[in-house]
Amino acid sequence: MNNNRELLVEVKNLQTYFFLDEGTVHAVDGVDFNIHRGETLGVVGESGCGKSVTARSILNIVPKPGKTVGGEILYHRKVKGVEQTIDLTQMEPQSSEMRSIRGAEIAMVFQEPMTSLSPVHTIGNQIGEAIRLHQGLDQAAARELAIEMLDLVGMPLPDRTIDEYAHQLSGGMRQRAMIAMALSCHPSLLIADEPTTALDVTTEAQILKLMRQLQDELGMAIMYITHNLGVIAQMTENVVVMYMGKVVEQAEVDTLFYDPQHPYTRALLQSIPRLGQKTARRGAGQRRLASIRGMVPDPYALPKGCPFHPRCSEMVAGQCDQTEPQMIEVAPGHKVRCLACTGV
Amino acid sequence: MMTIPEPQDNDLRNSPVMAEAEACPPPIDEMEPLEVLGVEPVLAQEEERLYVAGQWQLMWWKFRKHKMAIMGGIILIVFYVIGAFCEFVAPYDPEAYFIRYKMAPPTPVRIFDTMGKLHTPFIYHRDRSKDPETLRDIYAENPETRYPLRFFVKGEPYKLWGLFATETHLFGLAPDVEDQAVFLLGADRMGRDLFSRLCYGARLSLSIGLVGVFLSLALGIVLGGISGYYGGRVDTIIQRVIEFIRTIPTIPLWMALSAALPADWPVIKMYFGITIILSLVGWTGMARVVRGRFLSLRQDDFVLAARLCGSSEMRIILRHMVPSFLSHIIASLTLSIPGQILGETGLSYLGLGLRAPAISWGVLLQEAQNVRSLILAPWLLFGPAVCVVLTVFAYNFLGDGLRDAADPYAR
Amino acid sequence: MLGYILRRIGMMIPTLIVVSMLSFIIIQLPPGDYLTSYAATLRATGDAVDEAELESLRQRYGLGQPIYVQYYKWMSGILLRGDWGQSMEWRKPVKELIWEKMALTVFLSLVAISVSWFIAIPVGVFSATHQYSIPDYIFSAISFIGAGTPGFMIALVVMLVAMRQLGLNVGGLFSEEYILAPWSWAKFVDMLKHLWIPVIVIAFESTAGSIRTTRANVLDELNKPYVETARAKGVKERKLVWKYPVRVAMNPFFSTVGWTLANLIGGQTLVAVVLGLQTNGPMMLRALRSQDMYLAGSFLFLVSVLTVIGTLISDVLLAWVDPRIRMEG
Repeated sequence: MNNNRELLVEVKNLQTYFFLDEGTVHAVDGVDFNIHRGETLGVVGESGCGKSVTARSILNIVPKPGKTVGGEILYHRKVKGVEQTIDLTQMEPQSSEMRSIRGAEIAMVFQEPMTSLSPVHTIGNQIGEAIRLHQGLDQAAARELAIEMLDLVGMPLPDRTIDEYAHQLSGGMRQRAMIAMALSCHPSLLIADEPTTALDVTTEAQILKLMRQLQDELGMAIMYITHNLGVIAQMTENVVVMYMGKVVEQAEVDTLFYDPQHPYTRALLQSIPRLGQKTARRGAGQRRLASIRGMVPDPYALPKGCPFHPRCSEMVAGQCDQTEPQMIEVAPGHKVRCLACTGV
Repeated sequence: MMTIPEPQDNDLRNSPVMAEAEACPPPIDEMEPLEVLGVEPVLAQEEERLYVAGQWQLMWWKFRKHKMAIMGGIILIVFYVIGAFCEFVAPYDPEAYFIRYKMAPPTPVRIFDTMGKLHTPFIYHRDRSKDPETLRDIYAENPETRYPLRFFVKGEPYKLWGLFATETHLFGLAPDVEDQAVFLLGADRMGRDLFSRLCYGARLSLSIGLVGVFLSLALGIVLGGISGYYGGRVDTIIQRVIEFIRTIPTIPLWMALSAALPADWPVIKMYFGITIILSLVGWTGMARVVRGRFLSLRQDDFVLAARLCGSSEMRIILRHMVPSFLSHIIASLTLSIPGQILGETGLSYLGLGLRAPAISWGVLLQEAQNVRSLILAPWLLFGPAVCVVLTVFAYNFLGDGLRDAADPYAR
Repeated sequence: MLGYILRRIGMMIPTLIVVSMLSFIIIQLPPGDYLTSYAATLRATGDAVDEAELESLRQRYGLGQPIYVQYYKWMSGILLRGDWGQSMEWRKPVKELIWEKMALTVFLSLVAISVSWFIAIPVGVFSATHQYSIPDYIFSAISFIGAGTPGFMIALVVMLVAMRQLGLNVGGLFSEEYILAPWSWAKFVDMLKHLWIPVIVIAFESTAGSIRTTRANVLDELNKPYVETARAKGVKERKLVWKYPVRVAMNPFFSTVGWTLANLIGGQTLVAVVLGLQTNGPMMLRALRSQDMYLAGSFLFLVSVLTVIGTLISDVLLAWVDPRIRMEG
């Protein structure tokens, strides 16, 4: 499916570590994946698996004490018809070139729109800031464009809401405003970090629909980060599953749901409650919701070998707790990092 | 829209994926709480201690890490001990004067003599002479005669705390030495030893802060607690009163109230008068804090739980609510003591607080105020000033440490 | 918004009434009155005390009457005629004596606050954005010392140092010849020359406190998500620090301006006494000591009024500057 599309971003062996007093946390520890132009890539995993840090590494805004210490992020840029490949990890976060990419060519939408928008500036001011910064328009023109963007994202009465503050809007409207802000400069990649997690289901459906629509209209790629497999099924074409800073499985979305290989992926899929499933009922035949036993390990005390093995139902003693598995392609476009699945 | 693949039947146990999974774990009610989470039930010994430690234990451990707070605490303990035992620590009676040593600079205490030999601490004989041109006093050391410093030496008789008669002082010159004196921090314009006076001053200055703050605390907790717990009209009235009191700026209010105390009151009466004045203004701060806490705690779930269990109101207040903010109260207390100490010092310095013959650091500062003496004898100013500043800093550090230790949300 | 202001002003009036009563009562607390202490002073120096004269003075100043009558007379004088009473010690109307002192106090406080903010805000922002760096530690140490050391101690030390090292007599706001002279440009210039030491002393403590508050507030906001959003938009770091977290952090800060000002006005008393400034403090001290009733009472009342006004300004500013509060009215 990706054969006829160009590569947009190549993440190769990305390593982002956090240097804390208590020790070093390997938040992203050798992550590889690619994003093609116009593609929707889903990144799925538990809290703390490193998906948000990956996103921030791409944008080069990893907060201190974090730092990208290894790997490459190759961005294939098309500026005025000229093609250019830049390694984003090599750029100074504050350099004007990096800042011109950030917000204009690669943009991000965050999880909690209430706290992600400034409480003391109007949304018009905040959207306008991005426009004026990257497109050099003057105040009036920027305002016009901002109203257009708000209209595009389905904001009711955009010429009024443009002068309102974040706390005056509902959750769905705030998220629309954030999307408008991110898309105002027509980026080629939109990174959405759990954009609907804080919204109710109905609003979530609307926002998801909006995002698909915009993608069709504007032709941008979306990197969709979430822990919600339902959304993955709905929105994405390819999926990357992460655990403890590493990619454990990568496949097209259909393949992932019908033929999951990695025990972690399988456990994730099993833990989705299904309609009609019999759960806790007294008497014979009582069932419990399946969950992955154990907890995410302490980041300072990673287990030897495969990091998932203490919780894994298919662990092979002697192998999984000794050797770290490598990423192996088990089928075209389907990669797994697991010793039990791929054999040693 | 993609759908998640449906299993063949409703029983997950038969689904192809589950078929390879391990056997189902036992039902929840048969498992140990920690087992449900999959965590090994055996904790390391260290972690075990952490989990069962009481509230105060945890506070103490956290407090210990705060080096500055410990230092502040040590300084304060030293000061308070000196204040408590001032008659013992001070080498001389605070009113005893040495006419020949008016405004004498501090006596240098040495351990090496002019030949470089090591001795126990001693002082050289000092002669006073007048400079013929400026008519100023010059104190010259005469290396011929050495007077060793004695510890636990016999000196002027006194009664410790007015009860125990004794003559032993912590240090001083041998009793047979005539006409020489060891002024660790110099002498004032009447020839009185400043160090001794500072020790005696510590007693009054340090204790006023404590007494005043406890009075404020009592008032503040009672009134603030009532206000916060009962709410409604009582709350409104008390809040209004607090507002009125806070409207008048502190220092002018203190000044005005202190001026109301007759100048001829005995020291004890004056002491308590000042304490009451200081606490009359201070309680408002404490009341507000207590009220705020009560208001928020009143709604908290654990109070509701206690009430549902049938606890009486008093029991709820004392056993449930008070311990939860006690630690904060202690921290606030410690941070408000310096304010009161400074208040007394300031008032005495202005002549409105304690007056001679009472000795407090503020009174000593008052005596140092004369400009001429400042130039000639700056130690008269620095002695009490440094004492006050050190005390204030020590309390601030201590209070910071206590506050950090008491905060359950700090890392 | 306007409703909010009007309501606050409305609540202010009963407060002021009570405060005026409190001030008067407090002044009257010491036993006796001006004349008794005056007589005591006379006796102490061995002068003769003429009872008849005392009695006539007592009549003239209305000192023998019950307290509420005296209060009523005083208050009605202020409200109806702008007459704040007569100072018995100085034999002049209180108004004359007070206004110059008050004006100087307020002026000095304004200058001190401006200086302290001018220094504290940039330093605080720098400290917050460069946390744990060496300059941050130095600033923290300085502000800790400044916040902990009481103002009048700093004043004493400054005076001492100035005197010993610089040989200056730095007391007072004016040189000898200008103290009692009427206002002129030359007098103003002379005051400016003397101003810097009192400003340093007074501003020191408040600067230290402001640095710590600014640093803490900015630090709080610096890690909030909206700052990250701005960064993800590609805004320059320095610009986004000042536009977003500082702007939010300054809300509580600016709103305290009224309160800080009021605090300064009242709290300067001690420093003023030490430095011998011609502001409120020394005069009020003297009035209290000699029980110069109207003078002391007027001072106390006026300072309280300024505090109330200052608090009002603070509340209004906070509401105006923070749209979240403004909207709810």
